[in-house]
Amino acid sequence: MAISTTDSGGPLKSTPKFPLKSQPSSPILPDEPLVIIKPKTNWSALNLREVWAQRELLYFLTWRDVKVRYKQTELGIAWAILQPFLTMLIFTIFFGRLAGVPSDNIPYPIFAYAGLLPWTFFSNAISNSGNSLVGSAHLITKVYFPRMIIPGAAVAAGLVDFFIGLVMLILLMIFYGVMVTWSLLMFPILVLLTTLLALGTGMWLSALNVKYRDVRFALPFLIQLWMFISPIIYPASFLPAKFRWLLSLNPLTGIIEGYRSALFGLPFNWTALAVSAAITLAVLGYASYTFRRLEKSFADIV
Amino acid sequence: MKPIVRVENLSKQYSIGTREAAYDTLRESIVEAVRAPIRRLRGGNGRRNAATVWALRDVNFEVAPGEVMGIIGLNGAGKSTLLKVLSRITEPTTGRVELYGRVASLLEVGTGFHGELTGRENLYLNGAILGMKKAEIDRKFDQIVDFAEIEKFLDTPVKRYSSGMYMRLAFAVASHLEPEVLVIDEVLAVGDAPFQKKCLGKMSDVAMEGRTVLFVSHNMVAIKGLCSRVVWLDEGEIQAEGRPDEVVSNYLKTALSMQAHQVWDDINTAPGNEQIRILQASARPTGDSTTDSITVSTQVVMEFEYRNLVPGAYLNLSVIIKTEEGYPIFSTGSGWEPVWSRQPYPAGLFLSRFYIPADLLNDGTHRVQLCVVKDEHEIIFNIEDVLVFDVQDTPERRGAWFGKWIGAVRPNLKWETEFLGEERS
Repeated sequence: MAISTTDSGGPLKSTPKFPLKSQPSSPILPDEPLVIIKPKTNWSALNLREVWAQRELLYFLTWRDVKVRYKQTELGIAWAILQPFLTMLIFTIFFGRLAGVPSDNIPYPIFAYAGLLPWTFFSNAISNSGNSLVGSAHLITKVYFPRMIIPGAAVAAGLVDFFIGLVMLILLMIFYGVMVTWSLLMFPILVLLTTLLALGTGMWLSALNVKYRDVRFALPFLIQLWMFISPIIYPASFLPAKFRWLLSLNPLTGIIEGYRSALFGLPFNWTALAVSAAITLAVLGYASYTFRRLEKSFADIV
Repeated sequence: MKPIVRVENLSKQYSIGTREAAYDTLRESIVEAVRAPIRRLRGGNGRRNAATVWALRDVNFEVAPGEVMGIIGLNGAGKSTLLKVLSRITEPTTGRVELYGRVASLLEVGTGFHGELTGRENLYLNGAILGMKKAEIDRKFDQIVDFAEIEKFLDTPVKRYSSGMYMRLAFAVASHLEPEVLVIDEVLAVGDAPFQKKCLGKMSDVAMEGRTVLFVSHNMVAIKGLCSRVVWLDEGEIQAEGRPDEVVSNYLKTALSMQAHQVWDDINTAPGNEQIRILQASARPTGDSTTDSITVSTQVVMEFEYRNLVPGAYLNLSVIIKTEEGYPIFSTGSGWEPVWSRQPYPAGLFLSRFYIPADLLNDGTHRVQLCVVKDEHEIIFNIEDVLVFDVQDTPERRGAWFGKWIGAVRPNLKWETEFLGEERS
């Protein structure tokens, strides 16, 4: 087999055989190694700088997830609106009309949609990111990049759907004549909080899933249970007062109620929000630690 | 000269089974968490089945900038593990590696390609996965498309690409990386001859540009042609290191000799996976039992004994016979075998054999690659050098010519010569 390049076809011929690049034959090497590869301890820090350096990869993986999800669907990205909208219709009929679940004097459809939109984002995000590492085994065993990007991209892809779903929320608010107030300024903060909670939960589940494939089976139940213990289709005030503190241990309680306060100009429950924020940060911290600890064995066991 | 890659006392230990065995389940872990302390109290070993293997053991070497270093060795010698450690995919157990330049690794062509996405989309995605910036991909876009020769299909999903187009696009993206150190696994083993030629051409360009390259190959022609230095790994340790000619010829002489009959007794460590295990493989002469060695004029029977672990699988053993240097001579498959062709294989032991006619193989060392295909499309297992056998020359066929007969095969063809008279009438 010939090694020479002179006869290897058109495209090669059009470029000079020895490109006169600025690359010298013996590049000047740095005194200190750029990278030292050695066994890591469990406590090595989360390398956020590396994640930042690879933000374009995060973008491309997110873009791939969104793109692939709606390939060969007739309705395409409209599903991002239809999913929470249809769920809202079902709940409006069964809970709003038939069961008469209260909704803090807000029309039930928009009350439910305001809860279902962030919930759909959150549940899709943790379920997709929870399965993301296992689903990306071919990447993990062949290329190096900060592994955090994989569950991160799954959450980010959910965020894209969330923003598309917002369009329907705006339409519903116009339809029901909801007046926005200054409370709406809290909205971006709530989105950030939801994203961080989804990222923490998703990272933790994804790392665990690599080692214990039970996660994949347990996840749907966890999500279903989580939905019922969060004030999504009912208001927190629906529960007897003596159980309400229990509900606020669920970080989603403060967040979901927060969305409604921001959108409908209701008073915020700052205590509940503070509890949610604190739990979110704790989850994120613990998830990062677990992820780092398990990360080094991903390629060996995935 | 100061090295660009320095590997010091590098070792990597795998616990057996982490790759293949069923994953830990939560239940097992809980049970184990309870049992382990009890067992330790009784004085037993705390860890269950603590069987481990060293994939790499105390490996030391340095690579100078601009050097093209080849890594050779048999299957399981630790070549891929070494590349994985260098690419930071897996962590070493002990030791360290210092990298004084940006490293890009290409352990597989087309990593992260998604069938639903178009050629253009995959080009960007794959580029980003391999570590290119978007601006860099934008800049090289036309060059990459040119190299891949896929202009017309840029907006077609790659699932509709032919395998040749797919490979070309994938290699085109990868070959436009501009790291200081390029780490490449056996990527030349795939694709057709023109593709391989193109890859080798591109790789020698990369080498000419003064970039440092580390690559693994079973193709000794490529190793000798491209590398300035070769490291031979054997069971995780460096067996030899030095000039390509010397190391390659020593490797071929010792490592590849006498593997014409292989037996694996332990089904758990036999080559294979949870779908199939190869228990025995052999190549031997048939008929005339007075000679034990295979010669150019003996018929050769090749046998494989294996255990099928997936009931109902449609199996096809595909065997590739190669020259000593790794160049494929021909391939053959069990798919048209009269009895089991298109029949589901029950779980259990099988013995498959085929015959290579006499007067076909040239003399010299032959290497055998086995590839097991399930349900006509899924490669479930692939092993290089499952057998290595020597074909001896025979005096009666040698004649007056003492050099090696030219060619990959040496068929004994029927010749006819007629005397047509002294002049053309």
